[in-house]
Amino acid sequence: MSGAETGAVRGGGAADRAPDGAAHGARDLGVLAPDGAGDGAPPLLSAEQVKVVFPGRRGDREARAVDGVDLDVRPGEIVALVGESGCGKTTLARSLLGLVTPTSGRVTFDGKPLEYASRALKAYRRRAQLVLQDPSGSLNPRHTVYEAVAEGLRIHGYAGDEQEAVAGALSRAGLRPPERFFLRHPHELSGGQRQRVVIAGALVLEPELIVADEPVASLDASVRGEILALLLRLRDELGLSALIVTHDLGLAWNIADRVAVMYLGRIVETGEVEQVLTAPRHPYTRALLSVLPESETEPVILTGEPPDPSRVPSGCRFHARCPVLASGEAERAGVADACRTRELPVLPGSGPAAVACHWAEAVERAAG
Amino acid sequence: MTPHDTHEEPAAAKAAPGGGTPLLEVRNLEVTYARTPGSPAVPAVRGVDLRLEAGQKLGIAGESGCGKSTLALALLRLLPSTAKLSGEILLDGEDIRTMSWGRLRAVRWAGASVVFQGAMHSLNAVHRIGDQIAEPILLHGRATPAAARKRAGELLEQVGLPAARVQAYPHELSGGQRQRVMIAMALACDPRLVIADEPTTALDVMIQAQILRLIEGLVADQDLGLIMISHDLAVLSDTCDRLAVMYAGRVVEEGPAKAVHAHAAHPYGRALSSAFPRIGDLASRRAPRGLPGDPPDPAAVPDGCAFHPRCPVALDVCATQDQVLRVAGPGRRAACVRVGDDEGGAGAGDGAAVAREGAGGAASEGVSETTGSGS
Ligand SMILES: Nc1ncnc2c1ncn2[C@@H]1O[C@H](COP(=O)(O)OP(=O)(O)OP(=O)(O)O)[C@@H](O)[C@H]1O
Ligand SMILES: Nc1ncnc2c1ncn2[C@@H]1O[C@H](COP(=O)(O)OP(=O)(O)OP(=O)(O)O)[C@@H](O)[C@H]1O
Ligand code: SF4
Ligand code: SF4
Ligand SMILES: [Mg+2]
Ligand SMILES: [Mg+2]
Repeated sequence: MSGAETGAVRGGGAADRAPDGAAHGARDLGVLAPDGAGDGAPPLLSAEQVKVVFPGRRGDREARAVDGVDLDVRPGEIVALVGESGCGKTTLARSLLGLVTPTSGRVTFDGKPLEYASRALKAYRRRAQLVLQDPSGSLNPRHTVYEAVAEGLRIHGYAGDEQEAVAGALSRAGLRPPERFFLRHPHELSGGQRQRVVIAGALVLEPELIVADEPVASLDASVRGEILALLLRLRDELGLSALIVTHDLGLAWNIADRVAVMYLGRIVETGEVEQVLTAPRHPYTRALLSVLPESETEPVILTGEPPDPSRVPSGCRFHARCPVLASGEAERAGVADACRTRELPVLPGSGPAAVACHWAEAVERAAG
Repeated sequence: MTPHDTHEEPAAAKAAPGGGTPLLEVRNLEVTYARTPGSPAVPAVRGVDLRLEAGQKLGIAGESGCGKSTLALALLRLLPSTAKLSGEILLDGEDIRTMSWGRLRAVRWAGASVVFQGAMHSLNAVHRIGDQIAEPILLHGRATPAAARKRAGELLEQVGLPAARVQAYPHELSGGQRQRVMIAMALACDPRLVIADEPTTALDVMIQAQILRLIEGLVADQDLGLIMISHDLAVLSDTCDRLAVMYAGRVVEEGPAKAVHAHAAHPYGRALSSAFPRIGDLASRRAPRGLPGDPPDPAAVPDGCAFHPRCPVALDVCATQDQVLRVAGPGRRAACVRVGDDEGGAGAGDGAAVAREGAGGAASEGVSETTGSGS
């Protein structure tokens, strides 16, 4: 299948090394990405073996929401983090911004580990901003657009010309002429305009990186494209890096350079968008793509509920729902036992495409 | 579905299969929310015609505020008292708009039922879901409490949940499970028509696929009519037989679902469908496409073609000349001055309009046309 294509096999290198656990060598290969965003450059933001465990409430077991993740965002790069509801995307994003302290592992920015003292975090927030979607209440209904955007400047004691900075951020977010929006309240704006105000609020401090959690999920299709185009333009014009959290694979295709597919606290497949989305290797990624309306392959509808991070299965964490194991394909490839019992390593945070799956690895090795 | 409108069209007869009494026929439906102290009158639905046969699935698409939910609520007279309704709504030939309250109550669950937008958040938190499903059954006086409870369990199984879940409270269920409960409730009195308003919005792709598969199965097994409302044209074109695209309170395009999505004849339909990228289509790679401008304020719909301020291919006449649906190919209609001036149908009109749209739009339209056609 697609995994046997040349590109995928080359990318499969990381998975081949996976069983001995020394996957980090993949970073040094320096395989060129077709679009060259941030290639070879050291990562701006990096998660290293990050785990976030929430204590169980009232005798419940603890929830391993993020369960060992390496993930890099290089300068000027747009990375999409995708996966179904509850897989840990938001928790990982929050840990990358210092809003959640990892239970173990660490986050580095610009080569230095995050410091969690409030002053240090405040300084970090200037350089890395969180963009939430507006309906989750990130805009105060009583504040004007001007106040909403100026808030960040005030918190950080901005010394320059406040009005100029606010106007600049609004125009960069596509609200022009900015003065026309200064005194409006959120209810006087359309959904798309509100999302632009939220983005302007994040841009006003001229961050190097933004983390956007479902930035367009509640927007109309027609408005969605405009906001995504804006994010792409900010990268091209300002060199802004971005991590975009979403369960929309079409969004990744629209704007991301790389994609990381998350399942139950782990990245299970990662690589260039073209490669991962057109030649997926992990059975979970394949299933996600197969159920999209436009997919030409037979839909693989996973049954059951999104997985529970307080009950992470042994072996491959996807094995209870894996169609490849259920159909006997994994058995034929001689990996069924491994699927049930042998844990897969943490994939490298960048570098060539990689997949955490015993079967994909065996099939690709057999194909040469 | 065939809009019967002020302009008689030969296509109207062609598009109506069978020719007998359709399950649902809506003629020139208008809904206006009355003026209130804070806000002007809102003509939310401005003349809509629909037609649906049993076993048929009709999708209604359009961006936020275009009147989709208002239309759905109007079909069963579930609108607030501030809403003024006119036109005809014939369910099995019987006019819902003029029927008595008693008759309407009977029709509401057994004739047609609605899965409301966002309803999965509105299950009553303090009642077990089994009781909530049994309620309409009891209300219709068709069963003893014990029989209604038993039926609730069967309905849960029908939507893929164990019957034992009748004991569960809403907070014990995931979003996808709650949406299944809402569907079970809509099926409680064996309706002939189900209206589902955004049944999968806010659910992730895998749960969405589960729910859509469920709905498709139920429609096929029970020969239901289905009206599914969504802003996601891709989902509708995959699930439904026919598709109606609404803009500013009107249907501006309708036809076979796949054809409308693959080659929309109306510039708005085109913008909407190209907003959903096809993975693998290189034209949309790093090229998200939207539609500049905001949806119109329904209290101040622009003159002429309501879409003209945002239309990339508008002509001078568009600012003044109102557009009605016209033939746009076999079984298809669109309300655009550029459509149907030659009988080449949608294809030819499409190509011509696209060519004027400039390189970006044209390139991607070209790709989706070549991959999509072949029929
Ligand atoms: N503060 C918390 N305490 C306990 N468990 C939590 C907490 N926050 C999140 N979780 C659990 O951790 C898991 C991951 O949640 P998270 O919000 O990161 O998922 P997500 O991928 O962002 O999902 P969605 O797509 O629905 O937003 C979930 O099972 C959630 O219930
Ligand atoms: N009860 C009401 N009173 C006054 N105006 C209303 C009322 N309900 C809806 N409207 C207005 O009527 C128009 C159509 O609303 P409707 O809810 O039908 O849109 P919709 O297409 O379902 O949108 P969405 O995709 O956001 O659900 C909107 O402008 C809305 O603000
Ligand atoms: S390792 Fe085995 S169970 Fe896990 S995804 Fe691969 S084939 Fe499926
Ligand atoms: S009638 Fe004119 S403005 Fe309206 S959609 Fe057609 S070309 Fe555009
Ligand atoms: Mg989340
Ligand atoms: Mg609605």
